[in-house]
Amino acid sequence: MKFVLNGATTDVKAHPMARLLDVLREERGLTGTKEGCGEGECGACTVLVNGEPVCSCLIPVSQVQGADVVTIEGLGDDHPLQRLFMNEVGAQCGICTPGMIMAAIALGPSPTLDDVKIALAGNLCRCTGYSAIYRAVLKWRAMPDANVAASATR
Amino acid sequence: MPAVGNSVARKDGIGKANGSARYADDLTFPGMIHGRTIRSTIPRGRVKSIRFDFDTAGFTIVDYRDIIGRNSVDLIEKDQPFLVEQEVRHVAEAILLLAHEDRERLNAAHVEIEYEEEKPLFDPEQSSEIFKKIDIMKGDPASALATADLVVEGTYRTGHQEHVYIEPNGVIAIPEEVEGQKGVAIFGSVQCPFYVIKALRCLLGAHPPIRVIQTETGGGFGGKEEYPSMIAGHAALLALKSGRPVKIIYDRTEDMVATTKRHPAIVRHRTGVMRDGRIVAMDIDVLMDGGAYVTLSPVVLSRGCIHAAGPYRCDNVNIRGRTVFTNTPPNGAFRGFGAPQTEFAVEVQIERVAEALGIDSVELRRINALRRGDTTATGQTLREDTSALMVLEEAVRRTDFLRKRERYKGTNRALGLSLFYHGAGFTGSGELHLKSKARLELTPTGVRIATGSTEIGQGTRTTHAQIVSDSLGIPYEDVEVAQPDTARVADSGPTVASRTCMVVGKILENCAHEMKERLNGLSPADFYARNGAFSVEQMYEPPDWIKWDDAAYRGDAYATYGWGCDVVEIEVDPDTFEVRPLKLTAVQEFGRPIHPALAKGQIEGGTAQGLGYALLERVVMRNGAMANSQLTNYTIPTTLDMPELDVVMMENPYPGGPFGAKGLGELPMDGPAPAIVNALRYMGLDVREIPATPELIASCTAAA
Repeated sequence: MKFVLNGATTDVKAHPMARLLDVLREERGLTGTKEGCGEGECGACTVLVNGEPVCSCLIPVSQVQGADVVTIEGLGDDHPLQRLFMNEVGAQCGICTPGMIMAAIALGPSPTLDDVKIALAGNLCRCTGYSAIYRAVLKWRAMPDANVAASATR
Repeated sequence: MPAVGNSVARKDGIGKANGSARYADDLTFPGMIHGRTIRSTIPRGRVKSIRFDFDTAGFTIVDYRDIIGRNSVDLIEKDQPFLVEQEVRHVAEAILLLAHEDRERLNAAHVEIEYEEEKPLFDPEQSSEIFKKIDIMKGDPASALATADLVVEGTYRTGHQEHVYIEPNGVIAIPEEVEGQKGVAIFGSVQCPFYVIKALRCLLGAHPPIRVIQTETGGGFGGKEEYPSMIAGHAALLALKSGRPVKIIYDRTEDMVATTKRHPAIVRHRTGVMRDGRIVAMDIDVLMDGGAYVTLSPVVLSRGCIHAAGPYRCDNVNIRGRTVFTNTPPNGAFRGFGAPQTEFAVEVQIERVAEALGIDSVELRRINALRRGDTTATGQTLREDTSALMVLEEAVRRTDFLRKRERYKGTNRALGLSLFYHGAGFTGSGELHLKSKARLELTPTGVRIATGSTEIGQGTRTTHAQIVSDSLGIPYEDVEVAQPDTARVADSGPTVASRTCMVVGKILENCAHEMKERLNGLSPADFYARNGAFSVEQMYEPPDWIKWDDAAYRGDAYATYGWGCDVVEIEVDPDTFEVRPLKLTAVQEFGRPIHPALAKGQIEGGTAQGLGYALLERVVMRNGAMANSQLTNYTIPTTLDMPELDVVMMENPYPGGPFGAKGLGELPMDGPAPAIVNALRYMGLDVREIPATPELIASCTAAA
């Protein structure tokens, strides 16, 4: 089964009904995508499929055949939003952070605080109370080159 | 620029944000197989027979007979078995362990267990098996109640609360040979690596070499304080029997059903007051549901009782506490550790006393708030670092509380306030008994911190490095922090009780001063180049004035306290009774923030957990088991549930802490629930229980 993973075509051997999350973590070794609940409630496993944030624990890998999948690793090691999550303490324990970033990265330009809240409503964080996450995302979106960094992931 | 007091770059690096940080489930080892726990499905009874309804070839199967040492999780008591022998005391108690390399075959394996069922006990008020009793007595409360102008009584209830660290519990055990001796290494999501060592020594006997390495940990909040010892024991047994690395990762439901929760509590108050508002007597009865084994219940009860009178002066106090057995999974450590339950009760009681007296509740708090020189319920005389009035006045001023509260009268909005405090570090002589150690090691480029204190998101690595950097007078970048590995770091005590920054930070400060002297003006790198490595290890010395009598429960309960005042503004749907918090102002004093952004994160995050506790997080127990054991039906605050947060960090340095710092982690958990319920009271909703779900509020109005 073929799909585009972080910009490169990939061919996976997994059973078509295997969870995308397991294929990413176990077959591809991309452990940045986390499992928090296994039922699409916590958002820790969020990845982009054709630019849309989805819970990778909920979709069988057959569903992404031919699609464009981006994981946290696809943003590189030092994306401005990643750095802001650390500097603003939007990440404490960090387990929700990759999913949170993948949900935030899909935000359109110039989001309001309410836009950010709605975009992240499917991602649970137990450490921060979310305020620091808003600070990180809004600062990132106020950066002049933010749009460029975001579009590179589409 | 000093590191302390500035929000310097965190020692975590970028790994948590780019996905490269390794949590337990991200690790694999050659030959690794998966482990699974077979659990009881009844709350009380005996195992009659066990039948394997699958082909056991290729499986490793462990039961209690495989235990070489003692079948007890060594904590305060040794009453809890790693594996059931015959007697079952709660649902989800571990009976058998299975391991297999193929996770699907492992999960499909069916084990049929027949039980002889017995009648379970679920109601703590009916329990006669008492794990721990506490009786705090000050003055003569009986006489004072008899002569008080007014006595106000009330009963307050708080429910279970689940931690919901987003990373469920998990460990990997690896058979390891050290100098010809077969032992085991544990990699895991743990708060207290040395607790695991203690438990495994008991389980495996004294001989096998054991070490515990903390992996990046996806949240703890107390939920990874004691329970990981159990999982580590299970994984170790499977690893030793199979000779292969064994990974056990709980899924969310298993984690919620089997692991610890916050103790449910029933707190009864009788408060004697004079017409002028002076509180002259407090009689408080605290009951906590311990669950099926002792675990940490005695110390949770202890902290709960010590905080039960709230931040108020009163000459005549009796606090009686007991924590009891029920046939439910053991309750355990959770941020606040007993205090959120009792401080909820006293803060709602204070509001009701004010109502009964016809005095404004802010004024009542002003009259009775603890001041320097006052004594607490245990007879501790408070020092300069007492800030109850300071945080109260700032919160009232900043929110325009009095005027705004009047303005909202008759609308579906209201303001509520809570005043609270939290003792930092272990209780009484606890820190003396712990004998915590910390070590600083000279490296070719700087120094390395080597302690067992774990980074679980709160910023241990960063704050410790800041303290060492400034104490030693070297750049923050030159301080590194070792990953906790019990074979290589000093036992700095558990990462609990708001003690990591204040207590362990203090030992590190002392280590840095000693090292500075020995460096004799040279930089670490220069000294290393000339003379080679050396390390400095010191033990914690609590302030010498601390006197504590554990038998009488009298004396200096804590070296210092953090102080907080929360004001919350809510809106209530008049038809559905859904409560929507709009804004929460958290004014908190915790000495001095070492890293302001991390400190703010502790307050914001703890406040969010407190709001969940107040409104959303209801654990439904059915036949002794959590029935809503999914994030679908046990809901924690999302972005859309959280109000705007206004955090104010006030300073009042504690001379015994590093750079004036006090403990902070738990303080923010104490305030939100009573503030919310007190806001409901201003709307005429007589709520005395949390979580204040719409159903509960509706039933309160029906009763009224």
